[in-house]
Amino acid sequence: MSDPNARISKIVNDSDVVLFMKGTPLFPQCGFSSRAVAILDHCGVAYDSVDVLQDMEIRQGIKAFSEWPTIPQLYVKGEFVGGSDIMMEMYEAGELQQLLAEKQVAKAQ
Amino acid sequence: MPMPAAEIAALIRAALPDAEVVIEDLAGDGDHYLARVTSPAFAGRSRVQQHKMVYDALGGRMGGELHALQLTTSVPN
Repeated sequence: MSDPNARISKIVNDSDVVLFMKGTPLFPQCGFSSRAVAILDHCGVAYDSVDVLQDMEIRQGIKAFSEWPTIPQLYVKGEFVGGSDIMMEMYEAGELQQLLAEKQVAKAQ
Repeated sequence: MPMPAAEIAALIRAALPDAEVVIEDLAGDGDHYLARVTSPAFAGRSRVQQHKMVYDALGGRMGGELHALQLTTSVPN
């Protein structure tokens, strides 16, 4: 048996920016995930994504990991930032761009 | 399973009695909602903490029975 918390910890610490979502950035399977992808694309940063629909252990485990009940979930440098509503509020206020700049996240190629 | 807007608002108000709660049924199907919650209780808390307070008020329904709730929280001016 693997430990979902340890797996998730490794994922969020191995990538500067990682989005847990339903589907993939090219084919999001839910409106909220699609919105999260669009926001990250607008920010122009490089990010990894994890499709929770392909991994039941992560799909359940991620909710306990962050104590957050929904997907998508964005992590920057190992820290939970929020779901798509918070991403949108932060993006509109310029705070998400500021956070990504402060954390010196790489730009998308 | 759909959940009536009034029930969502009542749960939020029960946990945050001074909150102003506006619910919109986005798709008219009783399943896709937008909630705007304004409460002095949010003062000094991060966005994640504010949203968690609302999710806690919904007592585990979020992500289950209530699958699509777009949420905006704010402190009154």
